[in-house]
Amino acid sequence: MADYKWPDAQHRTLIGTRQSRLDGPVKVSGRAKYTYDQNPKGLLAGAILRCPHAHAKVVSVDTSAAEKIPGVKAVQVLQGPGKEVHWAGDEIVALAAINEGIAEDALRAIKVQYEVLPHFVDDATEPKSAAEETGPLALDDLINMFSNQVPEPQISSTVQKRGISFPVTDDLVKRMRSFNVGENVIKALQSAPQKSPESTRSPFKKSAVNVTGDPDQAFKTAEATSEGLYGVPVITHCCLEAHGVIAHWPDAEHLETQVSTQNVCGMPDQIAQALTGIGIPISASNIRNRQQHVGGGFGSKFAADRWSLAAAQLSKKAGGAPVKIMLDRRAELEVAGARPSAYAHVKLAAKKDGAITAWDSQSWGTGGPLGGNMPPIPYIFTEIPHQRKQHISIATNIGPARAWRAPNHPQAAVLTMCAIDDLAARLGMDPFDVFLKNLPLTPRANVYEAELRKADELMQWKKRWHPRGDESSGPMKRGLGLSIHTWGGRGHQGAGDLTIHPDGTVEYRSGTQDLGTGTRTAIAMVIGETLGLPLNAITVKIGDTNFPHDGGSGGSTTIGAVSAESRRAATDALNELLAKVAPTLGVAPDQLEALYGTIRVKDTQGKSITWKKACSMLGATGVTAHGQNPDPSKPPDLTNSGVGGAQMADVSVDVETGIVRVNKMVAVQDCGLIINLKTAESQCYGALIMGISYALFEEKIMDPTTGRMLNPNMQFYRLAGYGDIPELVVHMMTGPGYDERGVIGLGEPPVVSPGAAISNAVANAIGVRVPFLPITPDRVLAALEKKGGAA
Amino acid sequence: MKSVEIVVNGVERRAQVEPRMLLVHFLRDVAGLTGTHIGCETSLCGACTALLDGRAVKSCTVLAVQADGHSVTTIEALASEGQLHPLQESFWEEHALQCGFCTPGMIMCASDLLGSNASPSDREIREGLSGNLCRCTGYQNIVGAVKSASRKMKRRTAATAAKK
Ligand code: FES
Ligand code: FES
Repeated sequence: MADYKWPDAQHRTLIGTRQSRLDGPVKVSGRAKYTYDQNPKGLLAGAILRCPHAHAKVVSVDTSAAEKIPGVKAVQVLQGPGKEVHWAGDEIVALAAINEGIAEDALRAIKVQYEVLPHFVDDATEPKSAAEETGPLALDDLINMFSNQVPEPQISSTVQKRGISFPVTDDLVKRMRSFNVGENVIKALQSAPQKSPESTRSPFKKSAVNVTGDPDQAFKTAEATSEGLYGVPVITHCCLEAHGVIAHWPDAEHLETQVSTQNVCGMPDQIAQALTGIGIPISASNIRNRQQHVGGGFGSKFAADRWSLAAAQLSKKAGGAPVKIMLDRRAELEVAGARPSAYAHVKLAAKKDGAITAWDSQSWGTGGPLGGNMPPIPYIFTEIPHQRKQHISIATNIGPARAWRAPNHPQAAVLTMCAIDDLAARLGMDPFDVFLKNLPLTPRANVYEAELRKADELMQWKKRWHPRGDESSGPMKRGLGLSIHTWGGRGHQGAGDLTIHPDGTVEYRSGTQDLGTGTRTAIAMVIGETLGLPLNAITVKIGDTNFPHDGGSGGSTTIGAVSAESRRAATDALNELLAKVAPTLGVAPDQLEALYGTIRVKDTQGKSITWKKACSMLGATGVTAHGQNPDPSKPPDLTNSGVGGAQMADVSVDVETGIVRVNKMVAVQDCGLIINLKTAESQCYGALIMGISYALFEEKIMDPTTGRMLNPNMQFYRLAGYGDIPELVVHMMTGPGYDERGVIGLGEPPVVSPGAAISNAVANAIGVRVPFLPITPDRVLAALEKKGGAA
Repeated sequence: MKSVEIVVNGVERRAQVEPRMLLVHFLRDVAGLTGTHIGCETSLCGACTALLDGRAVKSCTVLAVQADGHSVTTIEALASEGQLHPLQESFWEEHALQCGFCTPGMIMCASDLLGSNASPSDREIREGLSGNLCRCTGYQNIVGAVKSASRKMKRRTAATAAKK
């Protein structure tokens, strides 16, 4: 009988190979249907009127003129009189009409009066006079900690220390469980002291000082210290397919949705709860959500969002007709995704040989109206013996925060790796040596060392590195920078059903989704591997809540989940099949194996039957097996957590214009057992380019006067294009020491380091740190001017 | 309302359209060809690229009435007789896509490029496609795919010439 484990390297037929994606043909021929492309019969065009003010109270809403426009089928006020709006672009009224043009005309006929309130959008300036927070946590503070991915032990201790000002209802507990909040946090909340809420709320919330060891003493006795200012602004996700939804009611009790989402199975619960809350009672089991393809998510498409509810409400009002709402690009950039900012003054103390002894940081940042938490700093070098940290969370009207690939890690990498690079410059040492020297302060020194050495080989770092400031003549200065990163990536909870039909066809069904990473293909590879069949013999059906429930694609958890589920399901189904055919081959089932489209006796030549013949013995219904992850009853755990990666950047900076060009990037990455090498490498290539994009171009620029985003379009919210891609070298750490760890996700890790590596390379080139990303020409010139000109 | 006649993928389409209707909406909503995507609606991303009289245009920047009397080719017509076009094949083989939302626009733009330059260099490919954005981002592999398609097309042309 086959076991629940990954095959050894010498026995793999598909796993670890390079396979072209199964959905390639539909995607390259324009036949793949995204939410945006679904045009069911009788479709109504939905549109949303958005608030033009960054902070305001709705005074009155008059939709009467809009309702009278011929072709308008339903109007729904989303935030009526008395509601306070916290960012520009927030949803006020939704309506549905027979076409987009009429919907737009109708929006213009709506009259809304606002009481404009003061706004605040400056997150980059250090809030000097903020007082330390001690009072009880409001519900907003809790949600804020969740959305900023504060580690659960930290949430528990904060809750216990400061108390809470809101009741922990059963409903709240249920909701937290549905978002996989840990039981320890729930317990901490239930036993937290109840206090009355704080009366005044400043935009600044200063955390208590967090001290490890004796930082004062360590700085006093340090052989060397360095100090710097670093920062990463709010950026947006800018998915090429905007957020959107189609909703319709086939009958009064049932709702069908097609949300552009990275969380197909998460939609019914969220939508049911929200609709019930606004007077449209429905149970999650009466909601079906589907999605075949999604045009990007990057962390911004987990929630059902207000527009999904609006589409359901409008459809209900319009007699159940399908209503489609897609965000336009302005709304997409203003409201549908903001990565929290992080800025910090960091001081480091070290010995002369580069060994870091102490860390001191004063950090601040925003994730919108709920503030922004401290990224995990010092990043990776968590064992620095003496530390002092304090963080100020700033509530702003910048827009709502959403998880962005590797939440908080790219920020933490910039604040930490740039500080270490500055320390190396201060000591006159090669940062490569300083990083190596301090690897014992990290949780996986061996992996990082192997990766840094590999990166050195691919970049020729040791041969090419020069001390800070390129001394060569002429305006073009060249420099090298590096960074390391980490991520978890264990497979989430999920399941799938595998059926082997009597005609030999194989079908797998799961409610998971393919964000573009190649989920379908990975599943088919695992099943093909297990059953000894070629890739094209496997049909994979995903993206439907009628299939077994699978988790959202976030935090690099999908590949672990789907590979483990499908491996278990295929193993069980195969074992049933082997039991059926064993008598025919005259051996015990555990003497059989499935390979090259046959079922054959292990270690003997010739004794075999074809896959098709074997399946014909299954009886009329075939066999169906259920696989899930995790499944403690079927050990071992097939997925794992915790990877490391190292990246190096080679840049040229024109000190006359301030323009930075990346010449080459090297990414060395481990992720356990790789299923599809082709798609794994593609994740790294994509992440490097996305990293170059946020390092050099991306920023949600806010107008202090109006509180609105100044660049809500793709002309001024600049993404990296063809002209910006350098030579990219990707090396995956595979083989012994890596493979046997099991499958670990890869979506997040490679996007963490580019910002830090590029910033360090720029400093190495021009001899001075450009404190904040993106490293735009004006910032380069300003940094040079402060330093007194180029070298 | 204006009446227009546009030949889309070889089929003549007549329709009454509002003067403000964009060509991309004509293709998607009137002709039902949703392979031409909408990313930005402001001529910046290239997701909506189609061929107008054989040349690549961003169809969100052309009004349907401007295309009256002209012919348009969309991604759906690139494959012939169920056989993927070499560009489509190469995008697939070289993994030049992740989410795939930018892909139809990229391929249509690349087909225009290869039409005027059968063997573009890396640099020419980057320049030729510079109006198209990919967020996922496949640029590295897209350049590789266009090169591989150009080699395939040259081989096929040579093979057809040899037969004659
Ligand atoms: S949709 Fe036409 S260029 Fe973006
Ligand atoms: S593949 Fe997603 S935008 Fe290009």
